[in-house]
Amino acid sequence: MLQNRTAQRRRLALVGLAGVVALSLSACAQSQRSADTSNGSGKVGGTLTFGAAGAPKLFDPFYATDGETFRVARQMFQGLVGFKPGTAQAQPDLAEKWDSSPDGKTWTFALKTGVKFHDGTDFNADAVCANFNRWYGQKGAAQSDAVSQYWVDNFGGFSDGAKPSLYKSCTAKDAKTAVIELTAVTSKFPDVLGLPSFVMQSPTAMKKYDADNVTAQGDSFTYPSYALEHPTGTGPFKFGKYDKANNTVELVKNDDYAGDKVKLDKLVFKIIPNETARKQALQAGDIDGYDFPNAADWDQLKKAGFNVAIRPAFNILYLGINQKNVPQLRDLKVRQAIAYGINREQLVKSQLPEGAKVADEFIPDTVTGYTPDVQKYNYDPEKAKSLLKEAGATDLTLNFWWPSEVTRPYMPSPKDIFGALSADLAKIGIKTNAVTKPWNGGYIDGIDQAQADLFLFGWTGDFNTPDNFLAQFFGAPDNRLTTGASPWGQSLADSIKAADAEPNKDKRTQLYQDINKKVMGEYLPAVPVSHSPPALVLKSDIKGLVPSPLTDERFGSVSKG
Amino acid sequence: MLRYTVRRLLQMVVVLLVLSLLVFAWLRALPGGPVSALLGERATPESRHDLIVQLGLDQPIFVQYLKFLGRALTGNFGTSNGVQPGTTAMDLFLTRFPATIELSVFAIIIAVVFGIPLGYMAAKRRGGWFDNATVIGSLVGIAVPVFFLAFLLKYIFAVKLGVLPSDSRQSVTDATRVTGFFVLDGIITQEWDAAWDAFRHLILPAIALGTIPFAVVFRITRAAVLDVLDEDYVRTAESKGLTAQLIRRRHVLRNAMLPVVTTIGLQTGALLAGAVLTENVFAFPGVGQALALGFERRDYPVLQLLIMMAAMVYVVVNLLVDLSYALIDPRIRTR
Repeated sequence: MLQNRTAQRRRLALVGLAGVVALSLSACAQSQRSADTSNGSGKVGGTLTFGAAGAPKLFDPFYATDGETFRVARQMFQGLVGFKPGTAQAQPDLAEKWDSSPDGKTWTFALKTGVKFHDGTDFNADAVCANFNRWYGQKGAAQSDAVSQYWVDNFGGFSDGAKPSLYKSCTAKDAKTAVIELTAVTSKFPDVLGLPSFVMQSPTAMKKYDADNVTAQGDSFTYPSYALEHPTGTGPFKFGKYDKANNTVELVKNDDYAGDKVKLDKLVFKIIPNETARKQALQAGDIDGYDFPNAADWDQLKKAGFNVAIRPAFNILYLGINQKNVPQLRDLKVRQAIAYGINREQLVKSQLPEGAKVADEFIPDTVTGYTPDVQKYNYDPEKAKSLLKEAGATDLTLNFWWPSEVTRPYMPSPKDIFGALSADLAKIGIKTNAVTKPWNGGYIDGIDQAQADLFLFGWTGDFNTPDNFLAQFFGAPDNRLTTGASPWGQSLADSIKAADAEPNKDKRTQLYQDINKKVMGEYLPAVPVSHSPPALVLKSDIKGLVPSPLTDERFGSVSKG
Repeated sequence: MLRYTVRRLLQMVVVLLVLSLLVFAWLRALPGGPVSALLGERATPESRHDLIVQLGLDQPIFVQYLKFLGRALTGNFGTSNGVQPGTTAMDLFLTRFPATIELSVFAIIIAVVFGIPLGYMAAKRRGGWFDNATVIGSLVGIAVPVFFLAFLLKYIFAVKLGVLPSDSRQSVTDATRVTGFFVLDGIITQEWDAAWDAFRHLILPAIALGTIPFAVVFRITRAAVLDVLDEDYVRTAESKGLTAQLIRRRHVLRNAMLPVVTTIGLQTGALLAGAVLTENVFAFPGVGQALALGFERRDYPVLQLLIMMAAMVYVVVNLLVDLSYALIDPRIRTR
């Protein structure tokens, strides 16, 4: 019994110790909650929680190109140029209007007045120039393609002069007038300024938090605290916090927003990488909406009373043809046979979501330079067979690649699309070897290293210029299609550059239409397949969100309940 | 004892070094890589090349490895470029590890709290209906894949019935963070709603994750108790006229616990594997989710660190299990 009592005493001591530990812990861990306990529910106000597929890279969109970063940035920032809601059409945002000199190299922006950054700094011409000069003045690791990619893609080099740059200078003529000078004419300007990468950020905050201090180390980059914790813009929401332990990004209402009054108190992005998990979170009521619902779920979600908001299609899926390894593919007739031999009408009807269209050329019809007057390739297997015979390519076996474990906005189910296309090709006598790899696990690499003869690939437009599509595909002869293997590869690239540099708008449109005609009639480097609309899904009580072809949805005007 | 512990820890360093080399080489032998993950559709031959040079991926692999090792010795494991881009791998580990520990602890609590008593009761009633029912139940527990069970639990209790949350760790957005263990944080800051909310988020994933350990603990306990019940000293104790309670505590359970503790230790390693699946189904931001995402996005720095840390946890837990024998069985202590 004596032993029993010691055991009891020991146990008591243990409980006592645990109590002391808990007490001392709570003594040094006071609740840091604010006294304000107002519970944000009700018609005006409230918290909207949106399911995001991935974590934002950071919060300074200049150093990003990914949709997750941009989605958050679009709520906090504004650019000089914005987009008309629901379209890809550029319209004034922080600039009231703009004019260009006759030679197309000098642009004068008249700025909105009375706008302030979240930290109280005035938005004016000096701030505009500070932003332009900051982009132009990037140094060291920050100049990498993976860091300042949109600048490199659209403006070229930096102030160190190592590579030529499109940007020349910015002058603050007066507080509300900024003049931008370019070194050459480009069709992209000023639409390109609508990209989230080129939004206006507070010069004060950028200086205070060392915004340009990007370093490379080993196999990764390190970003400054401005980009991680202190993004400061002019938009309807201010940065709240990024709760990494709970995988949420929280933005709060900007009461001093210069535009229409913001309705929501809080906007939370909850990161749920798994698509099924996002759907279930919506069904369970844990989130108010999410992006890119699987097209196969649209009907089910609609029936359950959710609002499936379909975006206008601003993308393209194409069947890539790489000329490098199979000499027959350098023959236009063979490529045309492939185009005639695949039943795109049927594919769009059976495999793609509502609202998808067959693609006649490599740009959607909302982009300037689109022309209905191109050679069409309506499904005609007999013609395909005879073209193959003429070309002497009746016994063709091609490596046909498709990506596994991925859906892209332009390609909901790669496997099914591959299945349909390869069956069509078999009917005209082209045998295919199926090769499948994970998107990031060898697919893109293999495509870029020209290992595939046929492959599925695509593009989503960043802004409304044909260059944004055409230059991506054919802008250099060394590309995913190896167009350089054909004699026209170089001249196609040159003609795209020439069109981009044409200052006269009408002439430029004409040049692009000519390119589209030639691409479809004389070159056919690949077969455009479809434009497919991506969607987002929302609870029925979420009002005011306008689906955008550029995924440029702004939550400032959105209300809940 | 101390010498033993030190020797085991030194062995661990060697294990980790060898493992780090293997992981480093293995990751780089995988198809794809951070370059295509970072550039995606935008990759051009030129931008690919620039980035490969910038990240040092063009250098011989042993040079890359030595550089990595040099940085690792200063505590620098690189920055995530896929899972939580911009966050250092170490930060990512430190914010996510508490989540996985919290989840695993709850899973183990479920396994132990239900497994040991049920195992004991089943053994005492060997052959009865209770024994048969629980044995079959435990078989089902082992046989059902974790992700399927997780999915099923979520579908029923979160999506259909709506009684428990379906994802993440907490819905309360203004909770004070102290330790990173959300339930504990809520208790010590006396934010009871936050603690309760975090606890509710743990229930479903912990059940899904705890089922296999529960079934294993149950079966081992049952077998061990059956063994011990046949021992002479139990019979002696019974014939001495000791109370049933005393026999159970002092003679049966204490002797039967040895294999059970070993099992719990080994199961802790298996929990990490289960956590990869469970955390993905419940969008639970722990180490398991980061491993799966890191693999998909070829996040070298994150994978390198997390795999090493997982190995370290495994080794340490096994060491702790070995040391705990001494506490349970005095015969080992004297040796």
